[in-house]
Amino acid sequence: MLELKNICFEQNGELILNNINLTFEDNKFYVITGPNGSGKSSLAKIIMGIYKPTSGVIIYNGHNITDKSITERAKLGFGYAFQTPTLFKGLTVWELLNIAKGKKISKKEACTFLSQVGLCAQKYLDRELNKSLSGGELKRIEIASIIAKNPAIAIFDEPEAGIDLWSFEHLTKIFKDMVLDKTTIVISHQERILKMADKVILLDKGTVKEVKKEDFLTKIANKECAKGE
Amino acid sequence: MNETDKELLEKISEQTKEPISAYNIRKNGTCIDRKVSDYINIAAKEHGLEIYVKENTLFGIIHIPVIITQSGIKDIVYNDFHIGKNANVIIVAGCGIHNDDKHETSHSGIHRFFIAEGAKVKYIEKHYGEGSGNGKKILNPVTEIKMQKNSKMTINSVQIKGVDDTKRVTKATLYDGATLTINEKILTNNNQKAKSEFEIILDGLDASTHIVSRSVAIDKSYQEFASKVIGKTKCYGHVECDAIIKDEGMVRSIPEVFAQDTSANLIHEAAIGKIAGEELLKLMSLGLTEKEAEKVIIEEFLK
Repeated sequence: MLELKNICFEQNGELILNNINLTFEDNKFYVITGPNGSGKSSLAKIIMGIYKPTSGVIIYNGHNITDKSITERAKLGFGYAFQTPTLFKGLTVWELLNIAKGKKISKKEACTFLSQVGLCAQKYLDRELNKSLSGGELKRIEIASIIAKNPAIAIFDEPEAGIDLWSFEHLTKIFKDMVLDKTTIVISHQERILKMADKVILLDKGTVKEVKKEDFLTKIANKECAKGE
Repeated sequence: MNETDKELLEKISEQTKEPISAYNIRKNGTCIDRKVSDYINIAAKEHGLEIYVKENTLFGIIHIPVIITQSGIKDIVYNDFHIGKNANVIIVAGCGIHNDDKHETSHSGIHRFFIAEGAKVKYIEKHYGEGSGNGKKILNPVTEIKMQKNSKMTINSVQIKGVDDTKRVTKATLYDGATLTINEKILTNNNQKAKSEFEIILDGLDASTHIVSRSVAIDKSYQEFASKVIGKTKCYGHVECDAIIKDEGMVRSIPEVFAQDTSANLIHEAAIGKIAGEELLKLMSLGLTEKEAEKVIIEEFLK
């Protein structure tokens, strides 16, 4: 179980997150949504250790991990799919999957991770993670790296951004499979992903608004709460 | 050959599936072993070798390594490679210096390539230095190339470790339809210095060159990359200089592209900077420490 207690986060003198209290239970699917600038990505980055909260504590399975580094959290079982996949010069897809898995894996095993995100694996393994790959391909490889890492807490920052509809179908299937044995936290505006959530967390101006998933989906259906608003 | 010699040779050689067709091993300024074949002849001349590859040689592998283990030697060798029409060869050249003493030790390989029409050459050059002494290890290779019609050459040159000072000069003239590809990888650390100069003249219709230089300068090391591509007719030239700098490392890139014909298409790209923060973050989020992530990024960049 992951608990955020009284988390505040300031950046450049601006209060981004204001007293966030949340509990993420094991093997549940959470979607964080809310307007642009509401603090969603900052919250996800604080969970991963990329940002340090200004105040408050993070408790994971009873241990205070507030001061743990990104590496330490990754080793504890946290995984983070970046909104914009990182480009590398020289690093190949296969090498990235090796690092994600934490050991040397066979090309066959690496292929299974790529197949899950709908990529014809053999063609990609020796490709470098550079501009020669399209945004959609990079995004799918980013998700494959999380599947390979198999974290206990998987965080996805807008995984649907930049992928086509065909792979969107795959994405929802990946999430369905993931929920079985891990806590999944997804930042998303997508109705289909929101529908999958065990709990929807609505952020607005850095605070959590109490919201029931059903009410929220009705609002979306009535266009009272349009994407990004 | 003793163990040090064997280890040095291993560092600068390249594993190939097929057996080596011909070789010449030079140690401390003299030839210690040589083998020739029906198609490839290696003949000694004053201060160097004449290497002849017969026309239409289907596939040949030539090794001409140089090792230096005696501190203070200043070795210069002049090797000429005559590659016959439509021949196809891989040439592995390299130099390893083991310096356990205080004397400056150097090797300059002056290599000239005469590549006939339709021939294909892959030239692999590895440079390496080691040893417990504080005597400098210096390597100054010069490569001059003439490429006839529709010939192809790929140069992979690597300097990964232990060379204190290097000045590499590569000059090539390409005629109709010839293609020259160069991949250069250099890592410097401590107070090492490396300079690399290219001058490529595209003097034939549809001649093309593609040069990729990747370098990493760590500690207080300094690197300079100067490339000059001259297009005299309809041709294509692309130069890409990518460098990672760390600590107080410095890299200077001096591009020159000179189009002498309106159909010449010449491009120079250069990017120098530290390791991007997001590259480190991504690998750390997969469980590597910052130091491990840095190591992987540099290794893969130079691989």
